[in-house]
Amino acid sequence: MTAEFDLPFILGHVNYWLFIVLMMTGLYIVVAKGNLVKKIVGLNIFQTAVFMLYISVGKVSGGTAPIFPTDMNVDPNVVYSNPLPHVLILTAIVVGIATTSLGLALIVRIREQFGTIEEEGIYQIERDMAAEEYRLHSELMSERR
Amino acid sequence: MIRHHLILRVVTKLLIGPIMLFALYVQFHGDYSPGGGFQAGVIMAVAFIIYGVVFGLATVQQVLPPWLVHKLLALGVIIYAGTGFASLFLGYAYLDYGAFSPAHPEHGQHWGILAVELGVGITVTGVMVAVYYAFAARTPMLSDEDW
Amino acid sequence: MEMLIDIVLFSMMVATALAIVRLRSLFAVVMLAGVFSLLSALLLVTLDAVDVAFTEAAVGAGISTVLMLSTLALTSRSEQPSAKAGLTPLLVVLVTGAALVYGTLDMPSFGDPNAPATTHVAPDYLERSQHEIGVPNVVTAILASYRGFDTLGETGVVFTAGIGVLLLISGLRRRRRQKGEEE
Repeated sequence: MTAEFDLPFILGHVNYWLFIVLMMTGLYIVVAKGNLVKKIVGLNIFQTAVFMLYISVGKVSGGTAPIFPTDMNVDPNVVYSNPLPHVLILTAIVVGIATTSLGLALIVRIREQFGTIEEEGIYQIERDMAAEEYRLHSELMSERR
Repeated sequence: MIRHHLILRVVTKLLIGPIMLFALYVQFHGDYSPGGGFQAGVIMAVAFIIYGVVFGLATVQQVLPPWLVHKLLALGVIIYAGTGFASLFLGYAYLDYGAFSPAHPEHGQHWGILAVELGVGITVTGVMVAVYYAFAARTPMLSDEDW
Repeated sequence: MEMLIDIVLFSMMVATALAIVRLRSLFAVVMLAGVFSLLSALLLVTLDAVDVAFTEAAVGAGISTVLMLSTLALTSRSEQPSAKAGLTPLLVVLVTGAALVYGTLDMPSFGDPNAPATTHVAPDYLERSQHEIGVPNVVTAILASYRGFDTLGETGVVFTAGIGVLLLISGLRRRRRQKGEEE
C-alpha cells in the first residue's frame, strides 16, 4: 500500500469517494428507516450509485461514446470509452426495475396481510401471533396431561 | 372522476402516437444510435401506461387485453431463444448469427441482432405493462384530494 | 468545464438523497427518487455512457415512479415516525463506507487509459466489432452478439420477475379457484 496522497491522486479518486457517499446514503435509508416503501427507494439509490461507480471505471479521459460513424470509416486516432461496463449496467437497470416491482408487489401483499408497512408494526403483530400460538399450545398440552 | 382532466386527456392523446413511433425508432435503429430492445420496450410500455393512467384501466385493457400481455411476456423469450435454436439447426453454434447468411457473416449478424433485440423489446414491454395492470387492478378509485 | 458540471450534478444528487432521508411524505420521497434518477442519467452522459443514460431516464423516471405511486395508493401516504433509530445504523454506514474508500485506494485513477479495465477485452471488442459485426453502436454489438448468452439470461430474469409479480398480486389464481368452486 504505497498510495501517495498528492493532488493528482485525490483528483483521480475523488469521484469514487463521492459515489461511495451516495451509496452509503442509500444504505442508511435501508438500515435506519422502518417504512418498507422508503427502504425500496433507499435500495434504488444504492443501486444507482453502484451503476455510476461501475460506469466511471470504464471512462477513458479524452474518450467519447463508443459509437462509430454510420459509414463505419473509423478514425484510429479517436479514443472510445470502454463499452463493456455499459452493456452490463444497461441490462442491470432493466433487471433492477423488474426486481423492484417484485419487491413492491410483496409490500402490497404484506399490507393486505398485516395492515401496515412499518417494520415495527409487523414485528409487533408477529410477536403477538407467536405469543398466541404458544398460549394455545401450552393449553393443549396441559389438557392432554 | 377522470372527466374533468381536459388538458391531460388532450395532451395524452397527442403524445401517445409519437411515443410509440419513438419506441419503434429506438428498437430498430439501435444498431446505429443509442438504444435497443431494453429501452424500446420500456418506452413502448410507457405509451400504454400513460393511456391507462389518464383514461382508466378498463379503456387501455380494451386496446391491449391482459391475456394478450401475458402471451407477449413469453413470446419475447421464445423469439430470443428460438433465434439461438435456429442457428443451432443450421449447423452453427447457439446464437451464432453467422448462420443466417453464410456468404456474408456481417449480414447474418445484422439479422441476428435485429431478431434478438425484438425478442428483448417484446418481453420488456410485456413485463412492464403486465406489472402495471397487476398494480392498477387493485387500486381503488382515488379522488384528487387524497394526495 | 466537465469537472464543474460533475460537481454541480453531484451536489444536487447528494441534496436529493438527503432530502429523501429526512422527508416523511412518501409522495415527495417517490418524486425525489425520480429526480435522483434523472440527475444520475445526466451524470452518465458525462461519463460517455449514452445507452445507459437513456435506459436510466426511461426506467428510473418513468416506470418506477408509476409503480411506486401505485404502491402508495394501495398502502399508505406517509411514513410513521419510527422509534429511536439510535447510532447503530450510522455506525454501520460509516464503517462500510470507510472499508469501501480503503478499497478504492488501490484503484487506477479516473479516466486512466492504462487501467486494467480498459486494456484487455475492451480494445479487442472495439477493434473486432468493426469488421466482424459491422454495427456502429458497439454497445449493441456486444449486448446482442458477443454476450448474447448473458442477455438471454437477463431477459429470462426480467420474465421471471414479471411472472412473480403476476402470481403475487394479479389475482389470477384466486379467480381460477373461484371458478373451480362454482363448478
